[in-house]
Amino acid sequence: MAQSEQEILAGLAEIVNEETGLDPEAVQSDKAFTDDLDIDSLSMMTIVVNAEEKFGVRIPDDEVKNLRTVGDAVSYIQSNQS
Amino acid sequence: MSSDTTVVVTGLGATTPLGGTITETWEAILAGKSGARPLTQEWVQEYDLPVTFAASIHTSPEEVLSKVECRRMDPSAQYAMVASREAWADAGSPEVDPERFMVAIGTGIGGVHTLLAQWDNLREKGVRRVFPLAVPMLMPNTSSGNVSLALGARAGAHTAVSACASGAESMALAIDQIRAGRADIVIAGGTEAAIHPLPFAGFAQMQALSTRNDDPEHASRPYDTDRDGFVMGEGAGVLVLESLEHAKARGAKIYAELASAGMSADAHHITAPEPEGAGASRAMTEAVERAGLSPKDIVHINAHATSTPVGDIAESNAIRRAFGDATDGMAVTGTKSMTGHLLGAAGALEGLLTVLSVHHRIAPATINIENFDPQITLDVVRGEHRKLPDGDIAALNNSFGFGGHNVALTVKSI
Repeated sequence: MAQSEQEILAGLAEIVNEETGLDPEAVQSDKAFTDDLDIDSLSMMTIVVNAEEKFGVRIPDDEVKNLRTVGDAVSYIQSNQS
Repeated sequence: MSSDTTVVVTGLGATTPLGGTITETWEAILAGKSGARPLTQEWVQEYDLPVTFAASIHTSPEEVLSKVECRRMDPSAQYAMVASREAWADAGSPEVDPERFMVAIGTGIGGVHTLLAQWDNLREKGVRRVFPLAVPMLMPNTSSGNVSLALGARAGAHTAVSACASGAESMALAIDQIRAGRADIVIAGGTEAAIHPLPFAGFAQMQALSTRNDDPEHASRPYDTDRDGFVMGEGAGVLVLESLEHAKARGAKIYAELASAGMSADAHHITAPEPEGAGASRAMTEAVERAGLSPKDIVHINAHATSTPVGDIAESNAIRRAFGDATDGMAVTGTKSMTGHLLGAAGALEGLLTVLSVHHRIAPATINIENFDPQITLDVVRGEHRKLPDGDIAALNNSFGFGGHNVALTVKSI
C-alpha cells in the first residue's frame, strides 16, 4: 500500500537520524543530502539500503546519483512503491 | 630529538572488565576483585561451548559514545575511543601541533565482530545488506585510524599486530617514534573485542582457556598449582606519551618515565613459549640495558602471567635467566588474575598498571593463589599489596604473543 509523502519523509528522516545522528527535523524535502546534510557516499548507501527495506522498494545504484535532495528520494520511493 | 630523549607518561585511559575508566580499574585491582563472570550471550548455549565465562567489558561503550559512533565503529574501536578520550582528557586535552601528534594503537585480532556479522549478512540477506563501512570497521587499523581522526593526530597512525604483545609493542613503537623525532606526543596502547563465538571456540579448541565454569572468579590463577588456562578478557588501555621537553613546556602532570622497550622473537613454535625462556629473557635484558639500568634497580615486575600451566613456568624461567639472583629483589604481580587476558590490549593495560604501581609505589597482590606452584622461582606478591621502596625505582612489564613475540618495557619513577 502506497504511503503519503509525509509518511515517507518522516520514515526517511528516521533512517537519516539513525545513520548520522542528524535531528529528524533537519531532514526536509528541499535539503540536499551532500551539500546541506553533509552525508557522504558511504552513509548514503546505508540510507538507501535501509530505505529499500523500510519502504519495500528497489533503488538501483544507478538511480542513487539522481537523488540529490530528500524530496527527490521521497518522490522516487512514492512512485515506485507497489 | 635523539636516541636519549626522555619519554614520559602524562595521561592514562582504560575501559576494562573491572571498570569503565582507569581509576575504577585501579581501585578494583587494589580491592583484589575479579572481572570474570558467566557469559549471558545466547551463543554459549547454542554452540555448546566448553567454556561459559569470560572477563567481559564492565561498562558498555554505548553508555559513553554516541549512537552513531557505535554504529560506525567495531567494538574494538569503540573501546579504543573510550580509552583514548579518557587518556587525552587526563593529559589536559592539550593544544598540540597536529603534525607532531601521533597514534599507535595495536590489536591482536581486529574487527572480528564486524567481519563475521557482515559475513552473516552476506550469506543470509545478500550483498545489498553488507554494511558499506564493513571494511573500515573490520581492518585491524580501524582503532588507530578512528582515534587519529577523532583527535586530529596527523603525525601518523600506526597499528602493531603481534597477538598478546600488540599493546606493549605499540608503546615500544611510540618510544621509538618520539626518539626518532617523528612526534612530540603519542597516544599509544592496545584494544581487543574478541568475545565472539569464533575466536572463543578457537581458543577453547586449543585448550588455552580455563574451564572452571562453576567458579569464574577463581579461574584466572597465575602461579597456583591448579591453574588450567587463561580467562578471555576484552577492553582497551591507552597512555599519552611525550618527550619530557614537550611535557615540561606545557606544564603537564607526569606519572612516570617510559624508559625503554626490549623486543625479540622466539622462532621456536607458533604458540608454545620456548621452555627455557631464551627469547623472552633477551627482551627483558635488552629493556633493562636500554634504560641504563641494572637488574638490581628493578623492584617490581608486572608479569605476563596468563595462568596457563606451561606459560607461567616459562616466564618464571625467563625472568631468572635474565636477572639471576637479582630476581629475588623483584616483587612480581600477575594482574591477569583480576582483569583476565585482554589479548591485544593486555600489554597496554598492564603497562598502565605498571605506571600506576611505580607512581603510587604499590605492587598489587596477585589473587587466587591457594597453592603456590613450587616450580615458580619468583617472589610473587600475594595476600597483601607490597609497598615499593622510596627513592628512584624502576619496574618491568612483560608481554608475549602467539607467533613468538616478546616485549618487555621498563618504567622509571620521576
